[in-house]
Amino acid sequence: MEKDNRIMIPLGPQHPALEEPESFNLLLEGERIAAASVLIGYNHRGMEKAAESRTYVQNIYLLERICGICSHSHSTCYVQTVEALAGAEVPRRALYLRALIGELERIHSHLLWLGIAGHEIGFLSLFMYAWRDREIVMDTLEMLTGNRINYGMNAIGGVRRDITPEQAQKVLEAVDALQARTEYYEKAVLGEETVAQRLIGVGKLLKEDALRLDAAGPVLRASGVARDIRKDDPNGIYPELDFNVITDTHADVFGRTVVRVLELMESYKMIRQIIQQMPEGPIAVKVPARIPAGEAFMRYEAPRGEDVHYTRSNGTDKPDRVKVRAPTLANSAAIAHMLEGGYLADAPIVIAAIDPCFSCTDRSVRVVDARSGEEKLFDWEGLRKYSVAWYAKQGVDLSAASMRLRGD
Amino acid sequence: MWLALFQIVIFPGFLFLGALSLVFEYVDRKLYARMQNRIGPPWYQPLADIVKLLSKETIVPCDADSHLFGAIPVFALAATCAAFLYIPIWSINSLMPFDSDLIVVLYFLTIPTLTYFLAGWFSSSLFAELGAIRAMTQLFAYEVPLYMALLGPALLAGTWSISGITAFYHQNPALLLVNIPALLVSIVTAQGKLERAPFDIPDAETEIVGGTFTEYSGRLLAMFKMTLNTELVVVAALISAIFFPLFIGGSAVVGFLLFLVKLLVVVFLLTLMRAALARFRMDQMVNFCWKVLAPVALAQILIDLIVKGALL
Amino acid sequence: MKTTGKMVPMLLNMLTKKSDTVLYPAVQAQVPDKFRGALKFQNDRCVGCKLCMRVCPANAITIEKVADKQFKAIVHLDKCLYCGQCVDSCNKDALENTQNFELASGDKSSLTREI
Repeated sequence: MEKDNRIMIPLGPQHPALEEPESFNLLLEGERIAAASVLIGYNHRGMEKAAESRTYVQNIYLLERICGICSHSHSTCYVQTVEALAGAEVPRRALYLRALIGELERIHSHLLWLGIAGHEIGFLSLFMYAWRDREIVMDTLEMLTGNRINYGMNAIGGVRRDITPEQAQKVLEAVDALQARTEYYEKAVLGEETVAQRLIGVGKLLKEDALRLDAAGPVLRASGVARDIRKDDPNGIYPELDFNVITDTHADVFGRTVVRVLELMESYKMIRQIIQQMPEGPIAVKVPARIPAGEAFMRYEAPRGEDVHYTRSNGTDKPDRVKVRAPTLANSAAIAHMLEGGYLADAPIVIAAIDPCFSCTDRSVRVVDARSGEEKLFDWEGLRKYSVAWYAKQGVDLSAASMRLRGD
Repeated sequence: MWLALFQIVIFPGFLFLGALSLVFEYVDRKLYARMQNRIGPPWYQPLADIVKLLSKETIVPCDADSHLFGAIPVFALAATCAAFLYIPIWSINSLMPFDSDLIVVLYFLTIPTLTYFLAGWFSSSLFAELGAIRAMTQLFAYEVPLYMALLGPALLAGTWSISGITAFYHQNPALLLVNIPALLVSIVTAQGKLERAPFDIPDAETEIVGGTFTEYSGRLLAMFKMTLNTELVVVAALISAIFFPLFIGGSAVVGFLLFLVKLLVVVFLLTLMRAALARFRMDQMVNFCWKVLAPVALAQILIDLIVKGALL
Repeated sequence: MKTTGKMVPMLLNMLTKKSDTVLYPAVQAQVPDKFRGALKFQNDRCVGCKLCMRVCPANAITIEKVADKQFKAIVHLDKCLYCGQCVDSCNKDALENTQNFELASGDKSSLTREI
C-alpha cells in the first residue's frame, strides 16, 4: 500500500479564523486541499422548540436572538408570518420604519463582513477601518431603537418606536459619511493589487453549481444569478423603492466582495428614499393575543441571503410549530465544493466569503444512514432518548448529569 | 578582556540590544496603530509582555523532545545577538570588525529562520509542522534576492567587511545613489526575513493558529519574541550601515543619534508596508521573489560591476 | 488598473489625526436618549395586574404584594433582556427604562434586586 502523504487538518470548531464554531475537516496534499467535509450543529440551542412554549409576543424577542447581525431579518420575517395568520393590515409608516432598520442592518452586516475579510487575508488595516466605520451605523441604530444589536423594533402589527425629524436628519448625515468612506473602500480595496491577488480566482462557484447547490444571497449574486427577495417576492414597501440588484460575473471571492460593497451603495440610496417618502400615520395596529389556526410561510432578504420562516398556529396564544431556515444553511452545501482544489491559505477567506452565521443555521437534525440510505427524522425527545440509550451501551450513564443541571 | 566582556554583555551587546529592540517594537506597534486610527500600546507594553511571558508556566508537549524544545529558542536569540556585534553603530568600525564579516552576519541571521523550522518540526503539533514547512519555503524564496541585494554594494566597495563597506561609502557618498534598486529589494526582502505582512505566511494566525510557535509558552516563547524583536533591529541596522552610512566618523554621540534616526526611518518604512498590504499566499510569494526581486538584484550587481570597472 | 499600496496615503494621513478610540471607562460613555437600560419601578402606580410578568420573555420580573394595594417588583438583572416589553405592556406606566447599563457585578445574587 503506498504511503499516504496527505494530512487531515481540522479547521474548527475552535479556530481563530472562525467567528462561530463549525468544523471543517480538510484533507491536505502539500498546500492544496484534496477533500473537505463540513460539520455543523455546534450552535444548536433548541430555539424552535423553545418558541412553542412562549407566546407570539415573547417569540419576537426569542427569535430575534437567533443571530446578532441579522436579528431584524429574523424578527421581521417571523412577525410577517404572524400578521399573515392574524390577517392584520400593517400601517404603511410601520412598513417604512421596518425597511429603514432592515437596510441599516444590511449596512452594518456588510461593513462587518468587509472587516472580517480583511482580517482573514491578513489586511488588518482594512479590518480596523471598516469596524471604525461600523460604529457610525451602530450609533445610529442605538439612537433609533435603543440598542446596538437585537433592536426589538418589531411588534406584531407594526413597530414599537417612531422616528422624530431630528433623528431622520441624523440618519441622513450618517449615511452621507458612510457613503464617502465606502467610495474610498471601492477605490482602495477593490483596486489594491495584493487584495486582488488573494481574492481573484479563489473559491470559484460557477453559475450552474451555484444553482445546483442552492446558494443564496451575495454568493449566488456573485455568480451572475440575479435573485433577490426584495425584488422577486417582496414584502412591505420594497416595491415602492428604486434600487438595483447587484450581480457580478467573477463567481469567486472577489465577486462576492464587489457585490457586498456595491450593495452598500444601494442601501444608502434606499435609506434616503425611505426617509423622504415616509408617510405620516400610526405605527402599529392592535393584534389579538390568540391567533386563528393556520399556516404561514414568509421569506425575507437578510444580509446573507434568503431567510425563510414558517409558523403554524392552532388558535391559542402560543404557536404550534415554528421553523426557520437561515441563508447560511443554504450556502453550507457550497462550501465543500468551493474548498476542494484550493489552497489551505485560502480556506479561511473562502469560508468567510459566504458570510457564515452558524448561529442562524443550526436547527433540527435529519439523520441519513450512509449504508442503508434510510432517513429518520429526529425530534427533540426522540434524539434525547436515542443518545441516552447509545451512551448507556458505551457504559456512560448521563441521567445523573441531567439531574444536577435541573436543580438550578 | 573585561572591556570586551562589558561590551558584549552590556553595551552595545546583549542588554543594550535587548532594550533597543523593546523600544523599536514599541515604535513599530505605535506607528501601526496610529496609521489605523487607533491609540496603540503605551511605551512599557513590550517590556510588560516579556515580563508576563517570563512569569508564566512553560508547557512542553509530552511528545516533543524536551531538550531540543528548550534549546532551540536559546540558539535563535544567541545568533541575533552575535550578529549585532559586527554592525557599525556610531563609528565606521563595528565592535569587532574583521574581513568577510558580512558573510558571517548573514549566516547568523539565517539561524533564527532555521530555528523556527526546527521549533515547529519538533513540536509534534499539526499546525506547528505546517508553520515550520512554510518558514523553510519562505526562506528559499527571499534568501537569494536578499543576499544578492547586499552583495551588490559589497562588490562595488571591493570588500566583504561591513566596516570596510561603510568606510568606502563614507569616502565616496555619491556612489550610494547607484545602489538604490538594491535598497528597495533589501527592504522588501527584509520584510520577508522578519516574517511580517505581506510575508507573514508562517505566522498566519487565521490559517494555522500560531504557526511555528503554537506549542511554545512561558520563557521559551519570551525568548522567541525577543529574537523577533532583535532581528528587526539587526536587519534595520544592517540595511542602514550598508545603504546609507552617512555623516559618521565624527563624534560618537552624534553618530549614535544618527544611527537611531536611520533605524527609525527603516522601521517606519517596514511598518508602512505592514499596514498597507494584505498577506501573500505561499506560491504568490515565491513567484514574486524569484520573478521580480531576483532579476532586480541581478541587474543591480551588473550595474555595480560596470560602475566598478568605470572607476578603475 | 490595479496597483499596490493604494492605502498608503490614507495611512499616512491618519498619523496626523487624533485616534478614533473612546477611552471608556476613563471617559464616560455616551448613550442616546431612549436607550433601554435597567428598569425603574414606581410602586405608587402599580395595581398588581402582573401583565408585565406574563409578557416577559425571560421571566425576569416578579411582582409581590407587600400590603393592601402596595406591590414591589423584583428583577433578575441577569435574566432581563432589556427589551422593554414590560414597559410597553404596563397600562399604568409604572415601569420605565433608565440609561444605566453599567450593571456588572462579581456576585450573582446581587443581580436579583428590588427596584
